[in-house]
Amino acid sequence: MLVTVDEAERHERELEDIWETKGGPFFGWFISVDHKSIGKRYLITSIIFLILGGLEAAVMRWQLAQPDMHVLTPEAYAQLFTMHGVTMIFLYAFPVLSGFSNYLWPLLLGSRDMAFPRLNAFSYWMFLLAGIAMYVSFIAGRAPDNGWFNYVPYANGTFDPGVNIDAYALGMILLGISTTVGGINFIVTLIRLRAPGMSLNRVPIIIWGTLTASLGNLFAVPSVTLAFVLLWFDRTYHTHFFDSTGGGQPLLWQHLFWMFGHPWVYSIVLPAMGIVSDGLPVFCRRPLVGYSVVALATVSTMVLGFGVWVHHMFATGLPVTSLSFFSSASMVIVLPSAVAVFAWLATIWTGRPQKHVTAFLFFAGFVILFVIGGVSGFMTAAVPADWQLTHTYFVVAHLHYVIIGINVFAVVGGVYMWFPKMTGRFMNETLGKWSFWLMFIGFNIGFFPMHIVGLQGMPRRIYTYPADVGWGTMNLIITYGAYLFAMGVLLFLINVVISRIGGKAAGSNPWGGGTLEWSVSSPPPPYNFKLIPIVARRHPLWEEELGEGQDRSSTNAKGFLLNHGRETLGTTMLDAEPDVILKMPGDSLTPLILALALSAFTVGLLFKLWIVFGIGGGISLLACVFWLWPERSLSQVER
Amino acid sequence: MRAVSLVALLAGISPLAQAGNPLGIFNNAGQDAQELSRLVALFGGVSIAVIVLIALLLISAIWHRRTADTTGGRPQRDEGGMPWIYWGVGLSAVVLIICMLFNLKTIAATSTPADDDGALTVHVTAHQWWWELTYQDPDSHKVFLSANEIHIPVGRKVKILLDSADVIHSFWVPSLAGKMDVIPGQTNVTWVQADEPGVYRGECAVFCGAEHARMEFRVVAQDPKDFAAWRSHQLEDAPQPQDAATLRGRLVFESRCAACHTLRGSSAAGMAGPDLTHLMDRSTLAAGVLPNDAGHLAEWIRDPQKQKPGTEMPQVPLSETDLAAIVAYLRTTH
Repeated sequence: MLVTVDEAERHERELEDIWETKGGPFFGWFISVDHKSIGKRYLITSIIFLILGGLEAAVMRWQLAQPDMHVLTPEAYAQLFTMHGVTMIFLYAFPVLSGFSNYLWPLLLGSRDMAFPRLNAFSYWMFLLAGIAMYVSFIAGRAPDNGWFNYVPYANGTFDPGVNIDAYALGMILLGISTTVGGINFIVTLIRLRAPGMSLNRVPIIIWGTLTASLGNLFAVPSVTLAFVLLWFDRTYHTHFFDSTGGGQPLLWQHLFWMFGHPWVYSIVLPAMGIVSDGLPVFCRRPLVGYSVVALATVSTMVLGFGVWVHHMFATGLPVTSLSFFSSASMVIVLPSAVAVFAWLATIWTGRPQKHVTAFLFFAGFVILFVIGGVSGFMTAAVPADWQLTHTYFVVAHLHYVIIGINVFAVVGGVYMWFPKMTGRFMNETLGKWSFWLMFIGFNIGFFPMHIVGLQGMPRRIYTYPADVGWGTMNLIITYGAYLFAMGVLLFLINVVISRIGGKAAGSNPWGGGTLEWSVSSPPPPYNFKLIPIVARRHPLWEEELGEGQDRSSTNAKGFLLNHGRETLGTTMLDAEPDVILKMPGDSLTPLILALALSAFTVGLLFKLWIVFGIGGGISLLACVFWLWPERSLSQVER
Repeated sequence: MRAVSLVALLAGISPLAQAGNPLGIFNNAGQDAQELSRLVALFGGVSIAVIVLIALLLISAIWHRRTADTTGGRPQRDEGGMPWIYWGVGLSAVVLIICMLFNLKTIAATSTPADDDGALTVHVTAHQWWWELTYQDPDSHKVFLSANEIHIPVGRKVKILLDSADVIHSFWVPSLAGKMDVIPGQTNVTWVQADEPGVYRGECAVFCGAEHARMEFRVVAQDPKDFAAWRSHQLEDAPQPQDAATLRGRLVFESRCAACHTLRGSSAAGMAGPDLTHLMDRSTLAAGVLPNDAGHLAEWIRDPQKQKPGTEMPQVPLSETDLAAIVAYLRTTH
């Protein structure tokens, strides 16, 4: 079974032929199930949503720059802050990490694709359609306008009639499907598709991050889907789940939403923390300090994350005993976070940081922003302090330090790091440093004063404020800072475009990284690995340098060829012993058709277009049958 | 007060405890608010110390002196890193536990219900976008309504019952107490206490629709004697019109405004809008949006949507003379 690299090279054309997406650039785009294309689509789509959300923020910051401004009407402002939140949290922050994970997982794990390639494509299409659904009402003239957490009863038809909230509900249900199937795919991929020898304690930290996020989402997403379905019943059929006049409970919405919402926050930061935990070692020229404790901290953060949702509800009048419990539980998150911070610091201290590399700057800047976002969370976890801080700009500051500091900085650093792998070209380092400093300085000028203006009593979600409350100066500084930050992001995007066209050529391992993705060419071939390697260490490419023991990974020496159609190797759960050759499905249009039909089904249901509902449902069923129809090429054969 | 300022100063956030921010959280005027800001200052101080410490560690981790690199950038294993995690997490845990104890102590101190018996109770009903007030009393003849301006006696804990007429709001007077959400279908309770006479500003803190930004109120803390006088004055009807102009004003008011407003002393008894019996005793109109003077009152009645877009108050078509008459009448409602 094991063949040497010389022999594999003779089969290169054959593998290329098996794995390449056919059908030309147009049709091929719709049928591809290649995790690398899907990953890049996720990245690009979510960054387009980042730009949209950023533009929305830019208009809001103009409105708030001074007291009593009239750039926006109250209604327009409400739509903008809602769409800004929805876009950034649901359409950017998580999908962008799915982009990295989709692109990187098989490359990091030594596999030829994800466990369920068609499901992967389906997950992307559902995400795209959910995003479109949420934006359609914007184009139709009235977007969701009740904030991203969409509290009832304001979200009921009585106070907020129209299609806007329905469109949000629809989008969230579709996105829930996308997230769930995506999560299942990551979990099974981790369990089954690691290269032989890559036992569970040898996978990179980003794998731990995405795995934890995926598991968390499987438990969290049903809660929000249920909430939106019940809301839709309330709005459409006048049920009273959340309507206190009919015996319902407005607080039920808050519980259902935050039981999902808080784990979701961890799922948009843990994979990003994984990017940094894997990135810093490359640029500090040493393995991560405390790999095991960092992996455990990642998982325990999510476990704790399921027991803290009430800290969004400290001012709702719940009993004090319950508040004390959730307060202490929220504070305990300090400990796994401290594990990560000190692991990063120790990695930098005991390593040799390449301080002139842009990616390193982003990762190092991330560390301090992580701490600022963390301690302000620790402050709001204290119930009595939160009674003053909640619903104010202090919380706005906190959540932006978390989402920009921990997500965006890690993501941009990750792009600088893996862009050469994805495109075969370096990004421009001069522009890179400019973009880092503009983003870092602009971000802190723009968002740190939000803590102060929050302590000065400025509530969230106000479209204007009077002059005599003394918030004008801080808000002007915030607006300037935010625009500076936006310029930094713009510079980064320009850098992406010009580097894609004319960046310096990068080899297979431009940064001298130690994990498997750096062992294949840049960009990687459609089949990822000529030979599926046997892994002996956590850093297969650093074995000589680190000099640990005798046995060596077989990267680019010998491995499994698997050239009888699309195949990859299935291994056992803990120790990754070779177990079975998995037959992989080919490219297919079915995921797109199912996604479209399922969206039509949901649109029909929500807007009571029964014909659309029926046709969508029918095609969905047919597509599922077609999808699951046994294929000879996918059946196991003895060999 | 001084202790709070001191801690705040230590935390480097004392510039925030300034008079220029009437809604700032460090201008406390009551015991509970003081407990809260002391905890904010303590946690803030710890947080700032942590940020500074980690920033210094990060900077020195990057730039500290290293032996010359002889490996040409090859990765190396240095086993010296783990103590960072042991010490870092260990020390964090100690600080964390101390902070948690302070947290629980403050929770206990600020959430112990005050003695309910005989406490002055104000029932606040939040509306889009104003505050209806009912001063409760065991004697039903002494119950009266008001809006947007809560008078309380200094030195006493006043019980606030919170109900909503429509959506979720949040009741917040930063100088006197933390927030309490106002949720339809449940009556939340909070307490306010002012130790010094003064006017303390409050606002709605949860998004409640278009004019969430302009849903202010005021708490006027008075000497107990002044408060008692104010209270008994509120129980009286509005003065009777003394001249032809105000008499006409009352007639117009009764025919055009009575569907929504109550004004004791006239026949107007509507319930949808604020009780206007002693409107002129309040300092603002439309929940803090406009100062309460003749000009603004006329502007407000002429076109409420222009002053506060989205407000539930409709634009009632009125001739200029009718408008002037209503204003003249309302100006007498002391």
